[in-house]
Amino acid sequence: MGGWAIAVHGGAGVDPNLPKERQEEAKRLLTRCLDIGISALRSNLSAIDVVELVVRQLETDPLFNSGRGSALTENGTVEMEASIMDGPKRRCGAVSGLSTVKNPVSLARLVMDKSPHSYLAFLGAEEFAKKQGVELVDNEYFITEDNVGMLKLAKEANSILFDYRIPTIGTCGAGAAAMDSPLQMNGLPISVYAPETVGCVVVDKEGRCAAATSTGGLMNKMTGRIGDSPLIGSGTYACELCGVSCTGEGEAIIRSTLAREVAAVMEYKGLRLHEAVDFVIKNRLDEGKAGVIAVSKNGEVACGFNTTGMFRGCATEDGFMEVGVW
Amino acid sequence: MGWAIALHGGAGDIPRSLPPELRLPREAGLRHCLDVGIAALKAHKHPLDVVELVVRELENHPHFNAGKGSVLTSSGTIEMEASIMDGKSKRCGAVSGLSTVVNAVSLARLVMEKTPHIYLGFHGAEAFAREQGVETADPSYFITPENIERLKQAQEANRVQIDYTQPIQKEPNDAAAAARIPNGDSQIGTVGCVAVDGEGNLASATSTGGLVNKMAGRIGDSPIIGAGTYANHICAVSATGKGEAMIRGTVARDVAAVMEFKGLSLKEAAAYVIDQVPPGNAGLVAVSSTGEIATVYNTAGMFRASASEDGYSEISIWDSPIKVSN
Repeated sequence: MGGWAIAVHGGAGVDPNLPKERQEEAKRLLTRCLDIGISALRSNLSAIDVVELVVRQLETDPLFNSGRGSALTENGTVEMEASIMDGPKRRCGAVSGLSTVKNPVSLARLVMDKSPHSYLAFLGAEEFAKKQGVELVDNEYFITEDNVGMLKLAKEANSILFDYRIPTIGTCGAGAAAMDSPLQMNGLPISVYAPETVGCVVVDKEGRCAAATSTGGLMNKMTGRIGDSPLIGSGTYACELCGVSCTGEGEAIIRSTLAREVAAVMEYKGLRLHEAVDFVIKNRLDEGKAGVIAVSKNGEVACGFNTTGMFRGCATEDGFMEVGVW
Repeated sequence: MGWAIALHGGAGDIPRSLPPELRLPREAGLRHCLDVGIAALKAHKHPLDVVELVVRELENHPHFNAGKGSVLTSSGTIEMEASIMDGKSKRCGAVSGLSTVVNAVSLARLVMEKTPHIYLGFHGAEAFAREQGVETADPSYFITPENIERLKQAQEANRVQIDYTQPIQKEPNDAAAAARIPNGDSQIGTVGCVAVDGEGNLASATSTGGLVNKMAGRIGDSPIIGAGTYANHICAVSATGKGEAMIRGTVARDVAAVMEFKGLSLKEAAAYVIDQVPPGNAGLVAVSSTGEIATVYNTAGMFRASASEDGYSEISIWDSPIKVSN
């Protein structure tokens, strides 16, 4: 045991009807991000630097739901959030309600490193971003055509499904496609759900763990809605023992303080990483749907999910590497 | 068994020399709020209703750092936050960045019950408040002369104060002033309540104005499930202290985790968890499903009150220092 390990995710809860080429695109992106993380680890970058680096990549690529390519609020705008945590001293930083910051995870890091606080949001976070001189862009930069279409579908679905939680019979065109899978997450049909929060967990050669998570949140969310991704203990957690990043139904992750739970059963019950991940996925989610990636200080890596699929990739120093969707 | 309730008005550097004009109104406030909570429990109100009711009273009291009497941001404005959690269902609600809502805890409850989300912040939360028709007031309603003074002092000392009670004594010699106030910060703030009824239903709620002189947009532990507030089928916890330390320590969650995974009693678990936080930074109140009460802090004092169905009742500020359980 020992050595570095890295895992990345692009969200838990995948539409079983997702076109093959989208799956391949996702796997290519995950592979690319893993490679970036791996070469950073080989160059002796610390875990905290690597998770930030990798999540920046994921934010910049429009494929997943973070940074560019973020899900849209009910108003058609983007509000992004992220958190990052450094295992050794459990330092942490988080941001919410960002609309012009190109890389939310980096602003979260600056909150951790350069402010007296742990969590900044909305206007205050944007002001801090300006003062720190991070790269700022118009909100339009983050909005993709894909997601504009998704928002329309989500609004249609919500108006039909919101109170009933059952799929309707298909209408025509795009609506029908949305209704093909009766699978739902957070009350939306899986095809418009946009679960693809991104995250990365790393343990470096010195056994230091770190974790980071970033997202645009829930498609068609109320403006001002904060999910699990920026909440330390829910979407992100890292300590001496491990680094954890979660994705899926925000409510389920918050109620179960999922990321902290993995570390807590390791710390207080002495479970190993794989056992801890299995335990929380099996026992802590109740009816909720979510996925977890985690690394331990011993160089282990584990993924777990109770959803239909999770975009993920992991690698360890001894040459193991795997990228998957199902 | 039987019902039990505990509430707090903040842990911090409360000096024993606290003058009567500052101490008596707070003691009276604690007594009043305890009475309100006891009456509600005797009337068989559900603990979720009880904690909301009590925290509303604490928010309305101008001498505690929540609602009216909230401390001010660096811009002299008010940004309030709160969260509430039901133990059996683990449903929860949270709000941040409120500037006009008279009772933040009630808005948090509405988020939990009337939206598909858990957490709303800033302009989105304010918009939701208006939609719901909750009581709002001009920001000046919340601002008290004492807090204007505290902000001035904090800015002169160029420090973020974890609340009030201890105004910074102006000394010609800075070293003397620093020596008088341990670690230079005076701490308190935040209010909270936990309750359990005869059937083991548990609930917790926490509310605050945050840190004196905090950056606009700064979010502390109070609205973060697992940090400032937590409840499950084992216990309910409301914490207070230095937000950043409570977030990284997932304080409220850990009390329940340690009871569950290490088999500690409520009091042992509370002491264990507070002991992990750097001295002078934290306090909490907690009740268990079997009606036990724990109030623990590693600061100079904590404004608190508690009572149980067997006739026990207590209102205190000091004493009961944390004992490390072996």
